[in-house]
Amino acid sequence: MIAEPIIFWIMAVISVVAAILMVANRNPVRSALFLVATFLCVAVLYLALTAQFIAAIQIIVYAGAIMVLFLFVIMLLNLGAPQALRERGTIQPFAAVGLGLLFIIALLGSESLIRVPRPAAPANPDLGTVQSVGLNLFAPTLPWLFPFEVTSILLLVAIVGAIIMAKRRV
Amino acid sequence: MLGQVAIIFPEYWAGIHLPSLVPYVALLGIIVFILAIVPGLIWIERVVIALMQDRSGPNRVGPRGLLQTIADGVKLFFKEDFRPRSVDIRIYYLAPVISMIPALAGGAVLPLQRLTFERPDGTTYQMPLMVGNVNIGLLYILAMSSLAVYGVVLAGWSSNNKYSLLGGLRGSAQLISYELSMGLSLLCVIVMAGSLNLDSIVATQNVLPPGIHSGFEWLRGSIFSWYWLRSLFVPVSIFTIAMIAETNRAPFDLPEAESELIAGFHTEFSSMKFAMFFMGEYAAMLTISGLNAAMFWGGWLPPLNIVPFTWIPGWIWFVGKVMFGIFFYVWLRATLPRLRYDALMALGWKRMLPLALVWLFVMAVVTLYFQPINATAARPVPPVQAQAAPAPRAASAPAPLPTLSAAAPPATKP
Repeated sequence: MIAEPIIFWIMAVISVVAAILMVANRNPVRSALFLVATFLCVAVLYLALTAQFIAAIQIIVYAGAIMVLFLFVIMLLNLGAPQALRERGTIQPFAAVGLGLLFIIALLGSESLIRVPRPAAPANPDLGTVQSVGLNLFAPTLPWLFPFEVTSILLLVAIVGAIIMAKRRV
Repeated sequence: MLGQVAIIFPEYWAGIHLPSLVPYVALLGIIVFILAIVPGLIWIERVVIALMQDRSGPNRVGPRGLLQTIADGVKLFFKEDFRPRSVDIRIYYLAPVISMIPALAGGAVLPLQRLTFERPDGTTYQMPLMVGNVNIGLLYILAMSSLAVYGVVLAGWSSNNKYSLLGGLRGSAQLISYELSMGLSLLCVIVMAGSLNLDSIVATQNVLPPGIHSGFEWLRGSIFSWYWLRSLFVPVSIFTIAMIAETNRAPFDLPEAESELIAGFHTEFSSMKFAMFFMGEYAAMLTISGLNAAMFWGGWLPPLNIVPFTWIPGWIWFVGKVMFGIFFYVWLRATLPRLRYDALMALGWKRMLPLALVWLFVMAVVTLYFQPINATAARPVPPVQAQAAPAPRAASAPAPLPTLSAAAPPATKP
């Protein structure tokens, strides 16, 4: 259990630095790569929390599929030239830094950073396995089957809608 | 004599707890095997293709050209490390590394064998010879193979060459398309095995063939009870096609189609960077052939449960199956012409994906009707550390539900 805080701090620092670099970078492909690094760090954090299933899904879906599509589109549109995305004379970065500082001050003032609720007992180590996720999600005694199915139908409708809008002639 | 002959190791040898050394032995074995066998694989590929095309093949350096690959490696190592002027330097040097790492990392969850250990009180238990005995093994290997696309994409983009870029674009589109069919064909097996741990999946193939309920012990865990037959041959066909597309090999080597794209995504890479792409490709072939062997072809199980086969240790059977997978790759490369790009996409999306979806549904219904629910849906990964093995080749018995049994559905047949 001594390893968990060490892993957390290493991964937290890497993911935050990568996230900042993702926003700060002018090159879209490098930004996408930093986002992939952030996703991988988050997957390791899930593993440290014994949520194995969601860690694997994080890598497969976000790092392996969505970000590859992002890269595909970036490369297809040939946004490689860093000058293409340069913005001048905006106050956005200053506003972002100022609001971020304000948020940190607000958190410190409300003491919610110090009084993070901690579980009394250690979490069930089997909670994040594929079996327990599936059993909880599809159990008839629990109320989560219906929202799950509704969400999947919603996604299906979105897919069909995207295809119809993208196609000139259906 | 029936039953696999197992060497029984003591649990403690000179005060060392031997079972806790097993992952390190497997790690060393897999890394050394992959890195050492790649020159051999290149030699095998050239010899087999020469045989199929009726020519001599490598025959100058060393006996039967065996040292030709070593000579090529030395040549690549001493070549000038050429770099075009307008590349994106960091990503350009990162891409060969990225193409190598996921292929090597994927081998961590492949089960090589089951080792038998004897406790001090005389009871024995079995433990898989694998690096990470994790219960998301299959998801892990899929995650690693989905990360492998970054090597191709980034190499194509960072070279700042239109042919490389086209190769990278083709690579990303192709890999995303075929990953779906591959995952669905693996799901057919998961539905039947009830586990994502590759060692458990191999262990569930160690049963009598379908339709036989008693007798015929020499068929237990034989070639007829592996998942290629139990899933009725369609998933293994889909997986084999998809795995060739996943590793960018002929006839699906569109990202490096030399007749249209010079050398595709690795056009601008020379010397050791090119060698890294080459080794990464072969390591990916080994890993994914190992996945094929473990999922569909019985992993470390011998093809028949009779004496001369059961004397041979399991890891030799596993390596043999992986090597047959490599031979199959080379066979296809020597036989089939490269697909056109739209034909490749049509095959992936219009043929294989619907077939895999339909077959997954069929397999789910079949499994639901022929196996009781609590034996498939909720069979936990057997905790191998504590699993006693009454018989040497007994199938893993369904254990009680895991801790969340309150949420489990009632164990009744529909």
